Amino acid sequence: MNNNNFAQRVVAGLSFLLLASFASATATVENYGYPLTDRFAATVVGTPEGLEPKMPSVQQIKFKKQWLNVFPERHLPDLLWYGQEMIYSVALQDHPAPLIFLIAGTGAAHNGAKNVNMARAFYQAGFHIVSISSPTYPNFVTSASSTGVVGHGQRDAEDLYRVMEMIWAKLDDKIDATSFNLTGYSLGAFNAAYLAKLDEGRKSFNFRKVLLINPPVSLYNSVSLLDRMTQNIPGGEDNFDQFFDQLVTAFGKVYKEEDSIGGDFLYSAYKEMNLKNEELAALIGVSFRMSSTSLVFTSDVMTDFGYVKPKGLVLDRYANLTVYNEVLQRLGFTDYYHNFFYPYYEQDYPGVSRDDFIAAVSLTEIEGYLRGSEKITVMHNQDDIILEPGEIDFFNEVFGDRATIYPYGGHCGNINYTENVAHMLATFTEGAPQ
Amino acid sequence: MNAVMPRLISLVAILFLAACGSTPPAEPEVYPEPVFEAKRIVPAGAIDVTSVYDPWEPMNKRIYNFNYHFDQWIFLPAVRGWRAVVPSPARTGVHNFFENFRDVRSAANGMLQASPTKFFQSIGRVLVNSTIGLFGTIDVATSMGMPKPDEDFGQTLGHWGVGSGPYLVLPLLGPSNLRDGVGELPDFALQNYIQGDLLAKPVRATAFLFDSIDTRAHTSFRYYETGSAFEYQTVRWLYTTKRELDVEK
Repeated sequence: MNNNNFAQRVVAGLSFLLLASFASATATVENYGYPLTDRFAATVVGTPEGLEPKMPSVQQIKFKKQWLNVFPERHLPDLLWYGQEMIYSVALQDHPAPLIFLIAGTGAAHNGAKNVNMARAFYQAGFHIVSISSPTYPNFVTSASSTGVVGHGQRDAEDLYRVMEMIWAKLDDKIDATSFNLTGYSLGAFNAAYLAKLDEGRKSFNFRKVLLINPPVSLYNSVSLLDRMTQNIPGGEDNFDQFFDQLVTAFGKVYKEEDSIGGDFLYSAYKEMNLKNEELAALIGVSFRMSSTSLVFTSDVMTDFGYVKPKGLVLDRYANLTVYNEVLQRLGFTDYYHNFFYPYYEQDYPGVSRDDFIAAVSLTEIEGYLRGSEKITVMHNQDDIILEPGEIDFFNEVFGDRATIYPYGGHCGNINYTENVAHMLATFTEGAPQ
Repeated sequence: MNAVMPRLISLVAILFLAACGSTPPAEPEVYPEPVFEAKRIVPAGAIDVTSVYDPWEPMNKRIYNFNYHFDQWIFLPAVRGWRAVVPSPARTGVHNFFENFRDVRSAANGMLQASPTKFFQSIGRVLVNSTIGLFGTIDVATSMGMPKPDEDFGQTLGHWGVGSGPYLVLPLLGPSNLRDGVGELPDFALQNYIQGDLLAKPVRATAFLFDSIDTRAHTSFRYYETGSAFEYQTVRWLYTTKRELDVEK
């Protein structure tokens, strides 16, 4: 019964479908060997087997789940009864060592593939690992978000910081941490930037180094880009069902021909399915929509806001949810920002217009801090699909030589590529106290 | 084990009755319209491609919930105990031993599907692993690169055109459908028959227990852990899609 594994593959496959439309990357760059020069393909396929570094397995690093009751007084709606405690993972050295917090990207869990791979690499390099889900992961929303409405740079950072302090309080008498460090990819990198700033005031960790991997600049711009990718569905968005069906059929065809879905399944699926760039982009859009559907519904039930569920209607744990899923499948993340996120926070920010408020969810909001903070470095890709044209320049401009921009990799496609992993590790090990 | 199936069936019956008989419908209340309402957003006649025929959803969701609690209190603690007590190489041996019986099942179903390829691939594995592989405890066949078909009676029924029927969550076993649920019975009978020839009765009971724990230990799925309220229907769709593909495979 490998349903879970299959599920992960399908979701990964769907993400893979997401990616293609915008054309391939810049001119040849010497000395960078990452093979997928198409930004959508890179985003979907990631790093082909054999180009990843050798790393210990999750069993070998004893990567273990932990539970944390962040708000013991909280009473969850019956529908979300299982979400009281926040789940995270740790892998601990048996000797004094630097500790690194890993923050997952949009909709991703503490034990999602990218966090797990980073954990393996950093553990091997001698770090204690604490891996935390994205604030946009439903379990985080129910257990650790103070408001239940996420996607706000400052507030999400405060929620994350609280959780990190509580986790450290539990670990403090068990392990010896010689320094605290922080990294995250995608939205997790965005969170990490705000966390670094928050920590300057609170000083609970006094982070030694912070690495931002493929962060968005403006959250709103990035989710708009991802939302718009569904417009690449052949025949338009009304053709969603048909398109989705075709994808599943095509994916299934590859599945049937392969002996197993281990190893390089995605890569061979990519090669065999021969998707057009528009289709890859549509796929990315669909996969993004699927993860936002769960998030937004969780927030709606937590706050009884009345976004797709009628306000006041109590759903029990056995309730049929089909209708809400159907509605949410037809809404984008930008709809959430305009019709839920902003109205929800409106009274907290009197006199701030909707557009100004949403525009403030951006690294430009803390640009001054980022500019002067030597401990923060950036690893990004020139062809990242979540950036508007020109947005990549923000990193060169603000971080200067603390930003490394790779020519290819799309959105996090090269995060597990040998050279990038080496870069990640070097960021934290160079000049580290023994 | 013979006593287990009737008990499971009565458990299903109880859950089914509970699902049908519980809470009389409350007075219909009028709620304010949400920001986005289905009748404005979902075009008439739209078909949700991820929908699955699930007339027993209320019962299924209760069994799903029951499985979670069974996991928490019995199954997963047993898995943890198993890992703590039995050293890793021994666990692998036990796993391979049971997988060898699954190859027998695949061979039988390959034959029933009139597929020489599946039959010979599976029976080849059984012959190699039962001999060189020391009664199945070492998976020599995989090391030799022999493909491993995974065929069961549900797929055999599907192969001959039997539709999947309603979605069904089985107690302890998890996602299934009427066809695949029924298919568990002949597969189980076959395994029982073979093990009956090979193993003494008390050993068989222990073997069944170990097999269950080993299977759970090799299944990473955890009920409700995605945190998504849509987990049930996502799992339902994934299971159904996977089985459709497996039948065609």
